[in-house]
Amino acid sequence: MKVKVLSRNPDDYVRETKHDIQRVPRNYDPSLHPFEVSREYTRALNATKLERVFAKPFLASLDGHRDGVNCMAKHTKSLSTLLSGSCDGQVKVWNLTKHECVRTLQAHEGFVRGMVVRYCGTSFFTVGDDKTIKQWKMEAPGYGEEEEPLNTVLGKTVFTGIDHHQKTGVFATCGQQVDIWDEQRSSPVRSFTWGVDSFSSVRFNPVETNLLGSCASDRSIVLYDMREATPLKKVIMTMKTNTICWNPMEAYYFTCANEDYNLYTYDMRFLEKPVMVHMDHVSAVLDVDYSPTGQEFVSASFDRTIRIFPKDAGHSREVYHTKRMQHVICIKWSADNKYILSGSDEMNIRLWKANAAEKLGVLSSREKEATNYNQKLKEKFQHHPQIRRIARHRHLPKSIFHQKNELRAMKEARRRKERNVRKHSKPGSVPVVSEKEKSVVAVVK
Amino acid sequence: MKSKTYTTKMASPGDPSVNVSHVEEKKKPPVRYWQEQEKDEEKHDNKNEEETEEAVQQENKHTRKAKKRRQTDDVTNEKKVVSGKSDPFPGPAPISKNRLQKFSRKGQTQKLHRQRLKLKEMITRSEEASEMAQKQAARFDLLLPEEAGFLEGDEDEDTCMISQEDIADAVDITAGTKYFNLKLTQFGPYRVDYSRTGRHLLLGGSRGHVACVDWQTKQLMCEINVMESVKDVKWLHSENMFAVAQKKWLYIYDSNGIELHCIRQFNDVLRMQFLPYHFLLATASATSFLQYLDVSVGKEVAAICTKTGRLDVMCQNPHNAIIHLGHPNGTVTLWSPNQKEPLVRMLCHQGGVRSVAVDKTGTYMVTSGLDKKMKVFDIRAFKPLKSYVLPAGASCLSLSQRGLLSAATGDVIQVYRDVWSTPVSKPYIAHRVLGTVWGQQFCPFEDVLGVGHGDGFTSMLIPGAGEPNFDGLDSNPYRSAKQRQEWEVKALLEKIQPELISLDPTALGQVDGATFEQRHQDRVQALGFDPLAKEKFVPRFKKKGRSSAGSIERRKKQVANEDQRDVIRKTVEDKMKMEEERKRVEEKKSKLSGQKSALDRFRK
Repeated sequence: MKVKVLSRNPDDYVRETKHDIQRVPRNYDPSLHPFEVSREYTRALNATKLERVFAKPFLASLDGHRDGVNCMAKHTKSLSTLLSGSCDGQVKVWNLTKHECVRTLQAHEGFVRGMVVRYCGTSFFTVGDDKTIKQWKMEAPGYGEEEEPLNTVLGKTVFTGIDHHQKTGVFATCGQQVDIWDEQRSSPVRSFTWGVDSFSSVRFNPVETNLLGSCASDRSIVLYDMREATPLKKVIMTMKTNTICWNPMEAYYFTCANEDYNLYTYDMRFLEKPVMVHMDHVSAVLDVDYSPTGQEFVSASFDRTIRIFPKDAGHSREVYHTKRMQHVICIKWSADNKYILSGSDEMNIRLWKANAAEKLGVLSSREKEATNYNQKLKEKFQHHPQIRRIARHRHLPKSIFHQKNELRAMKEARRRKERNVRKHSKPGSVPVVSEKEKSVVAVVK
Repeated sequence: MKSKTYTTKMASPGDPSVNVSHVEEKKKPPVRYWQEQEKDEEKHDNKNEEETEEAVQQENKHTRKAKKRRQTDDVTNEKKVVSGKSDPFPGPAPISKNRLQKFSRKGQTQKLHRQRLKLKEMITRSEEASEMAQKQAARFDLLLPEEAGFLEGDEDEDTCMISQEDIADAVDITAGTKYFNLKLTQFGPYRVDYSRTGRHLLLGGSRGHVACVDWQTKQLMCEINVMESVKDVKWLHSENMFAVAQKKWLYIYDSNGIELHCIRQFNDVLRMQFLPYHFLLATASATSFLQYLDVSVGKEVAAICTKTGRLDVMCQNPHNAIIHLGHPNGTVTLWSPNQKEPLVRMLCHQGGVRSVAVDKTGTYMVTSGLDKKMKVFDIRAFKPLKSYVLPAGASCLSLSQRGLLSAATGDVIQVYRDVWSTPVSKPYIAHRVLGTVWGQQFCPFEDVLGVGHGDGFTSMLIPGAGEPNFDGLDSNPYRSAKQRQEWEVKALLEKIQPELISLDPTALGQVDGATFEQRHQDRVQALGFDPLAKEKFVPRFKKKGRSSAGSIERRKKQVANEDQRDVIRKTVEDKMKMEEERKRVEEKKSKLSGQKSALDRFRK
């Protein structure tokens, strides 16, 4: 007779001393772990609920401006530095980790319209209503020294925006026309005009660094090549575009914030039809900025909210608002992809988390593991109705909630009318126009 | 070489069920895979080699491209090495096919018909990840510390003739102490229940004696007499609480024997089952009610009137948490708390059903009836597999984690091996206890069968019954109080809702094949109105007598006619299209038939 009976030595399964960690032998045999799917589902549901519980995106408010914040600029080299310009011509430099203002300077008379940090991070440019472009040193002046710009250029007309080239000492301004400037000269190297209008924003392409995009008040978005004498092409839309922003990773895409409450992502090569229409705002969109990963962008709107959109989704994944935040004028996504900065009418700059439920600070490896696991579970079960309902739920201010419903009703009514018109007219005489095509009037080359 | 002789007897690799349930013979000392390859020439072990070869081939298929690259690399490497030696074991170590099979969760996904690049990429990525996980788990399997028990007779010696005393003498002292008798003649017969970790034993004598014991250390946790008849006892999720079905009502006690609850909603309970992942206590009563109690919140989840008389045969399917009830008319019914009707009703026996048991993978159900038969069913397909005749019939059935079946007839316990794959003639182990068997259960993670009978309790040694390697995060027999508390919190957090109990536990993870209509219905429910519904035509009121009944009717008819015309126009268009298509196909065919093939000249 040969026999063996299970007989375990407890020493193999119990820790030796109190100071050891407990032993946890594992066996991954699926038959020992029944109800895998339902248990995972329950975990996913819990993770989704906890995400909503922990969603506290607001971090800090930077106050100190005496008028509405009109523009902001990220420092190109330092993560913790932010520059902001207000409607009274003041420029402030902020330390974000300490939440404090480190430097204040009176840059312009009237609005500071635009500002940009030079690619090396040693100086920055501001443009204002006083028709000047000023270059400032990044360091504060020493004790007893006067706060004075490095350079001042007096232009003929008011400048409304400025952007700097990625690698060379060239920058572009916009106003009555789009000008390309050399840092060494006091007159523009090149001026682009196309009809008579004024431009509101100009942006260099981050990859094809010679390309520029700008938006004009005649409802058009114009693309330029710095090396050519004439603009490349433009697309005319039904409503005016306020700002554009290039996708930093796939730089043939750009997103524009439009007055018609929507954002449009275009492919630079095919302007006939936007790639995606991003809807959700209930008032004009004023500013937009991409995350450094190029996967998402954030938009600021006149409706007093900030929304975060995935680059290829028609609706936002997140909406931020507070009781006190008024019309949000400018927005920036920090270069470490973690924070969002918004400047608004009521003189405050607000610091938000880009991922509302994210835990800040150093995570232990177990915490990190758990977060990743929960993230994966949420992804896996995201289409289950109960989980989707919880994950999508956002509180909206009453006014915005009602306005949203109203807009939906209006849209539905319009659609119904169109359907009826089509039904009662000759087949083919009223063609179906998609939402994407509706916004484009013409493309001119 | 003793081990050599056993390997030839090993079960065939193709049949996984055999391997899972089979009580394996003693394994060879762990052999490194390269040693095996070297030894192959002298001691040829056909099966093993086949397996590994198959595994290698399979791996080739999966990583064809990578392999190609690797091969070319190998060639260049061989040339480069100065000493002339090359890696004798290139690539990762092969994994045997059936070991991989054990961890496979699903088949390959069907290929997409349309070009949906994003989705395709997502699917391939997730498939790669799951494949990697499967392989890692299979590799980890080698590292498991314990091996299952076994019992083998010598030449012309039947294992069923070996007595418990002999086994207890032959094994080591600690294992030998697991064979013992408790002589409790006063309050029997006894029902037994082991806790999920297998550490604690609960005894319920039908004349009111309830005791819980840490049976390995033989430490008595509590002993009470409830002064009432006891029908059944059951541990709840941990060893801190247990439920006792008494003469009238259901009671919950804690491990010190203090009465925590008396649940009067649950009366005349005869049998109980605890669903550990759902925290549900299912009870079957003499009044033919099947009731579910959520023990985490103390609420009754469902009360189902089965309308089938006294319910004293009950078991659960551990794979999908369905309750099986046996009835005096020979049927077995399957129940979930979400439905007032049985999910399935099977006619299993000619006489009444005496006992039911389901194995842990949820594949097989074993029933015994008054017709002295014991039958094995495949409960995924609801098909009978095997039927055995036991001369006295089995009053009590129990299945172990590794698929051993113990059947009690009167005062004799017979343990069978492999009842579903091969026709069995002799029991694996037989033992006679002192009184009539009243309850029995295999102890989880131990080679022990607990039998409650008229004369007390007997703990028997059944080598090869228990799962050798437990999972520390699921049920750990050696856990400390702190670990138990931690586990309790985790388990409560992931308590599965009773609505999710269904015949197929993986249904939640499958693609929702809801048809458009179903989705549309959901949308209608969400919106409160049907967005696609055709609005009913309501004629506008017109003045100057133009809204007389006749004119309204006329206008309605006009609209209806218009609609009908639309429908007719559409059907005609469809027909035209179909006709065109048909013509096109016919033309093509005729063209093809008109062509002369080179071989046509040989035709007569």
